[in-house]
Amino acid sequence: MRRRISTAIVVVAATSALMPAQGLPNPDGIELSGSWAARNFTDAIGNMPGGGPRPVDYMGIPLNDGGRAWSLIYSQSQISMPERICDYYAPTYIAIGPMGLRIWPQSELLTGFTTAWMIGGWADFVPITIWMDGRPHPSKYAAHEKSGFTTGVWEDDVLVTYTTHMEAGMIRRNGVPSSDQATMTARFSRHDDVLTITARIDDPTYLTEPYYLTRSFALTRAPLNPATYPCTVTNEGVEAERVPHYNPGQNPFVDELTKLYGIPQEAVLGGAETALPAFRKKIKDKYVQPSKCVSVPASTCGGPGTYPPID
Amino acid sequence: MESLVRRSRARAFSIAAAGLVIALLAMHRVGQGQGRANQPPPSPRAAAPFDPTGYWSSLITQNWRLRMVPPAKGDYIGIPISAAGKKAADAWDRAKDEAIGNQCKAYGAPGLMNLPTHLGITWQDDSTLRVVTDYGTQTRLLHFGNWTPPEPRKRSRQGNSVAVWASRRGGRGGAPSARYLRITTTDLLSGYLRKNGVPYGENASLLEYVDLFKEPNGAAIVVWTAVVDDPANLETPYVISSQFKKQPDASGWDPTPCSAGW
Repeated sequence: MRRRISTAIVVVAATSALMPAQGLPNPDGIELSGSWAARNFTDAIGNMPGGGPRPVDYMGIPLNDGGRAWSLIYSQSQISMPERICDYYAPTYIAIGPMGLRIWPQSELLTGFTTAWMIGGWADFVPITIWMDGRPHPSKYAAHEKSGFTTGVWEDDVLVTYTTHMEAGMIRRNGVPSSDQATMTARFSRHDDVLTITARIDDPTYLTEPYYLTRSFALTRAPLNPATYPCTVTNEGVEAERVPHYNPGQNPFVDELTKLYGIPQEAVLGGAETALPAFRKKIKDKYVQPSKCVSVPASTCGGPGTYPPID
Repeated sequence: MESLVRRSRARAFSIAAAGLVIALLAMHRVGQGQGRANQPPPSPRAAAPFDPTGYWSSLITQNWRLRMVPPAKGDYIGIPISAAGKKAADAWDRAKDEAIGNQCKAYGAPGLMNLPTHLGITWQDDSTLRVVTDYGTQTRLLHFGNWTPPEPRKRSRQGNSVAVWASRRGGRGGAPSARYLRITTTDLLSGYLRKNGVPYGENASLLEYVDLFKEPNGAAIVVWTAVVDDPANLETPYVISSQFKKQPDASGWDPTPCSAGW
């Protein structure tokens, strides 16, 4: 009898000391579930729906010489090739694409433990899985896939994700390349009903230093479809066995931004220093401010109705 | 048989003692919480979940041609401008601004953090964070605690800012280290969201969220997200983030006055 009482004391004390009042512990982190409408103001040019930025616009990207050379031989017609038609759609698309996000947890039914966060709502891309169960990344010899491999942890109520094993793709939708050695660290930081994603892309092949991008989203009651048809290979009429490209020194768009916006070429071609305030001094006497905005495809002047309110 | 009973009693005593210890530990934890509640709260400076002080440099990796150089008149891409806002922006006259001393209209709090600038951040006192920009040499004071703007209210470029270390859980718990800086600014003078005259009015509201992220290599990044709401000039709230990288020292600091052009 005395033993039973003692055991009961232990059980009650341990329960009161170690468990929250409602039984099972709450999941880690904060709630991210829901539909998040893109507010593409931070990078209105890079995240613009449609064709994306103009062809030779590398401003602010810490490109090395190899990355710049690879960018300059790129022709937008490459994404009409069956082999490359899905090149945009890597996990980096969360930072460079125009879409909103649908986020939901994948939980164990008995314990509620969050095994993964899922992010869908992407156009042309299957939902991305962010593994939260502590599983390791694959071996460095493992195959790289379009979806990459992403794990996540909560750091001070910010979801920090790390993506490896991506295939070669792009970090700007005008052909600025990312290699299969690129990794992405993304921070999902929620404040009230605003979600800001800060992405850091590291790529020893094409970048001299990490490339930081941010995007903001607003929680919306209008549900975004968690899944869409993934990118499908089709025939867009590109001649077989030919890769559309420009030979070195022959990209016809290399001076386009200079003509359209008066921006000197040393800025247009990017590099780490172009992202810093001090760079303005270098171009102050070379920049020619246009007298008025000129709309060109994929770079309109905006105006009323461009960004409708969200529900 | 007797030794078996003795052993059983000893085990029961051990279990009871362990239970007592755990219960006492739990009570001690509760007591600690009550003790903290009786102490005065730490100052905002002491309670800071991260150290925002030091020199920071903008990283202009996005919207480059709209931020690093003054864009063309009429270039409104990236701003949810309303018809009334567009009408005002279409009428913007840089020479007129310069003639009447309005060169600082694009350096008000709603647009300031998105400009190409360095930040110098210090604690002015235990409850006031001072944020200075070298671009346009502007100063923002972020007041914590129960600070209220002096009466009569006076409008200014940087307005009156009230700051708090906020929880991502909406004030319902979370580790102190999980907080972020939340700033509400009122009493603004009208100004420009962009250097080509895209306007915001005096009734615009400004809410800002500031995060600091530390990288494994010791580097630090501040992400400053602003939400500008101005139904007169905007069709929907303007949500924009700016990134800053921590600088080792003040060597990049380059004060330049406001300019209506460059």
